Amino acid sequence: MNFERRKDLLGLKDLGREEIDLILNTAEPMKDILKRDMKKAPALRGKAMVTVFYEASTRTRTSFEIAGKYLSADTVNLAVSTSSVQKGESLRDTIKTIEVMGFDLMVIRHSMSGTPHYLARNTKMSIINAGDGANEHPTQALLDLYTIREKKGTLEGLKVAIVGDILHSRVARSNIYGLTKFGCEIRVVGPSTLIPPEVEKMGVKSYYSLDKALDGVDVVNVLRLQKERQETALFPSMEEYANLYMIGREGLKRAKEDVLVLHPGPMNRGVEISSEIADGSQSLINEQVTNGVAIRMALLFLMMGGARDDEVAS
Amino acid sequence: MELRAKREIMDQMAIKRALTRIAHEVIERNKGVENLAVVGIRRRGGPLAQRLAQKIEEIEGIKIPVGILDITLYRDDLTTLASQPMLHRTEVDFDINDMVIVLVDDVLYTGRTVRAAMDALIDLGRPKSIQLAVLIDRGHRELPIKSDFTGKNVPTSKNEIISVMVTEIDGQDGVHINEHLDQ
Repeated sequence: MNFERRKDLLGLKDLGREEIDLILNTAEPMKDILKRDMKKAPALRGKAMVTVFYEASTRTRTSFEIAGKYLSADTVNLAVSTSSVQKGESLRDTIKTIEVMGFDLMVIRHSMSGTPHYLARNTKMSIINAGDGANEHPTQALLDLYTIREKKGTLEGLKVAIVGDILHSRVARSNIYGLTKFGCEIRVVGPSTLIPPEVEKMGVKSYYSLDKALDGVDVVNVLRLQKERQETALFPSMEEYANLYMIGREGLKRAKEDVLVLHPGPMNRGVEISSEIADGSQSLINEQVTNGVAIRMALLFLMMGGARDDEVAS
Repeated sequence: MELRAKREIMDQMAIKRALTRIAHEVIERNKGVENLAVVGIRRRGGPLAQRLAQKIEEIEGIKIPVGILDITLYRDDLTTLASQPMLHRTEVDFDINDMVIVLVDDVLYTGRTVRAAMDALIDLGRPKSIQLAVLIDRGHRELPIKSDFTGKNVPTSKNEIISVMVTEIDGQDGVHINEHLDQ
């Protein structure tokens, strides 16, 4: 099948199943490169990319940067906290400045939903959304899909539980958009204050009981409890939350025997996941990080690895 | 882009005989098959490499390693391609350090694919030497590259297209010359 080169990756909502398959298939040879002694290929030589994170990040920013380097792109990180943003430069002016330096692609994380979409409309650079508010985090969901597909052989028809703070989670939203395209049965579970009532419109089923939600599932994707939200009194205490919703050995017995446990990190051990499970044989948490590099290499190659339509001589 | 079929230049038997001869030449040149491996360039070099390794095994009674190389990440025309290039896996599951590698492709034309393949191979290790076997050499080289083992030399014009078919991919064996009508 032939695909038009995509300019931006803003979310999984508007990605077709075939295109998701293309990205996951492209990540397979990229993962092979990660395992070699010589972890570099020349595909993106002469291309430049910049990561701009208005919110904290360890793995996403680092993995984009190393993914670019493994493919020979020049990668630059704009440290927002020490940049002219602190002098009051507007987002649009910052982006324009970056664009005229000749970058081909920008990876952006911002606390405001829709920021990458706004930028995509206002720049010739390719834009990859690395998390916008509570909207989407498409590369996290793609690496989750990749990790599940690699272990299970297929995504088709799997039962997946997404556990925790669904309300604030862009990881949950992107996972739901992605997994529903493959006919997965998705259950979201958490305290009722953290499950938005509209979520069932996305084709998932809501649960408030962890035991019921985990019954017979193939995959448990555990979300980080966003401690910073606790002040808004959406749940009484961390201890209470851990008692009811922490993924531990007992609760997991209800899931299928070969259940996979995912967590996007960073983890609050003993809150949303027990250390025993996080470090146990069912946990794919480290595998997810490796696969994240492969997925980002795939995206960078698919988006920068060739001429854009406006550059091809007719 | 319309094509006009001109003629068949190799049939199934001719391909088989060419591969048998190349197998003998490879063994003769290398005085046996010690440290020898065959690596095909995706796509049609893959099946041809398998067949060549099979022939070598039939002659020498020794199984030699076979691999497949995907050169997409090493192409020199990536920045000018309009359509999305498809990336596939490189499957070389043996250590190529100090091996004699016979690269296999269906058609040798500009030499750019072979250049990319050598770069891709060297990123996997440091072979003792690299040799090149092709089913068809159609001329028009743009780089200083030549084949060590050639199935058939076919002088062509640049308007012509050589189309190699292999059973494993195309359902039948054969080599045809076609011509662009719009040039």
